[in-house]
Amino acid sequence: MAERVLMKGNEAIAEAAIRAGCRHYFGYPITPQTEIAAYMAKKMPKIGGVFLQAESEIASINMVYGAAAAGFRVMTSSSSPGISLKSEGLSYIAGSDVPAFVVNVQRGGPGLGGIQPSQSDYFQATKGGGHGDYRMIVLAPASVQEMASLTVKGFNLADKYLMTAMILADGTIGQMMEPITFEDVQVETYDKPWALTGTKMQRKHNIVNSLYLKPDELERKNFERYERYKVVEENEVMYEEYMMEDAEICVVAFGIASRVAKNAVAAARKEGVKAGLIRPITLWPFPKAAVRKAADQVKAFISVELNMGQMIEDIRLAAECTRPVSLCNRTGGMIPDPEQVLAAIKAAQKGVN
Amino acid sequence: MKTTQILIAGFGGQGILFAGKFLAYKGLLEDLQVSWLPSYGPEMRGGTANCNVILSDDPVGSPIITAPDVLIAMNLPSLQKYVDTVVPGGQIYVDSTLISEKVSRTDVEVYYIPATQMANDAGVPTLANMVMMGHVLKNNPELTFDGTEATVAKLVPPTKAQLVELNMKALQAGRDYQ
Repeated sequence: MAERVLMKGNEAIAEAAIRAGCRHYFGYPITPQTEIAAYMAKKMPKIGGVFLQAESEIASINMVYGAAAAGFRVMTSSSSPGISLKSEGLSYIAGSDVPAFVVNVQRGGPGLGGIQPSQSDYFQATKGGGHGDYRMIVLAPASVQEMASLTVKGFNLADKYLMTAMILADGTIGQMMEPITFEDVQVETYDKPWALTGTKMQRKHNIVNSLYLKPDELERKNFERYERYKVVEENEVMYEEYMMEDAEICVVAFGIASRVAKNAVAAARKEGVKAGLIRPITLWPFPKAAVRKAADQVKAFISVELNMGQMIEDIRLAAECTRPVSLCNRTGGMIPDPEQVLAAIKAAQKGVN
Repeated sequence: MKTTQILIAGFGGQGILFAGKFLAYKGLLEDLQVSWLPSYGPEMRGGTANCNVILSDDPVGSPIITAPDVLIAMNLPSLQKYVDTVVPGGQIYVDSTLISEKVSRTDVEVYYIPATQMANDAGVPTLANMVMMGHVLKNNPELTFDGTEATVAKLVPPTKAQLVELNMKALQAGRDYQ
């Protein structure tokens, strides 16, 4: 067995990115994700990579766009207000069909908000912070180990589907340390015949561009892109089920909220309440089928979130309004404790008995 | 199946996070499941610092501690803030050099260790945190004192190997305090 080492979630992302073949990091510091940049600043020069602290978030995302167009595995990382600034670039990257890897270690918002953990960028990540018809693959790690494994997965998926993969973490998972191994790193490589690598006068030049002034051409591009997104939705959904076999109350939670929810589900079981947990690992594509299937079995859903209720809309859509869905939340940097979630589980149980 | 939730709290600069790292690594080397969660942000710059460490036989659920089994208080505000959150039957460690107040609860074990004074006396004035850790190890048999040196060696950069000896000095002082 590979050695277990203690690492912060943010450091695990940086190390995993390097192992996944990322040699280009462009960023701008912001709490609570600065350890990613610090790690890259230390490591990249030693392995022939590029670490560049740009003059702004907007500059850094456009550097990502450029390096991605040239065919490199490239990433940037930031926290909520910084991701807002990067959103224009994310739209251009989507419109140009190039792969990119982006990390959002969320903090409380809106505006400059606070620096404590949050999940209030769910809408921004899953519904598109930038303009236009586009999607990003959104991965929600719930442990330091997953910060690493989903980083590798994110690079692979981005290359496979020519789109942005985003890690949507939060300040807690970014800052905490847990034991981690890197034994399961599986790097997939994809040919990039579209990349801007120089023609050497031996081939027709490639074009990476998001400007299509002819509406029929732009429509076709969007149709093609959504065909690809459909394949992602069919093949790349990831989630974890915990005690769902005979559950009557289904808690749905991701990231740090899922860890709190797991404690609450275990506590509910001790009191004889049949609770279970569905933990989406991909937020887009959302595990619709798992939620729809659970709806046939459970009496009610509870969405546990560190925001004012964002994922709850996707749960309602997936459950097709067949079961009540209630919200159990804290926001602004606060985290619900297991007792609050347990109380919500009991209330849901009572409400339907 | 045992889970121990440890909350360490004090001023920024007292080595609160380092002490937590020490316990986390100690657990790691004893093949336990561990999590370490620091406070971060402005409160660290001269204000209060705290650190949540969970050691468990099972995978750790929430890394956030609301009811610690063990509280290590390195200053008065921290003791006052967390004293009532400790579970009945839990342990409270108080740096009695810096905190003259006594714990009035009778349903917990309280240990008063003049750690800051002891660290000064031992010639390691910045290591009161590790004096406290030495006493914590003494009272928690699942975290034996064996392997302590290997744990410290994990925490100290190879270029500063002399710090292992100093940390051990502080840990031993804490362990031997009656």
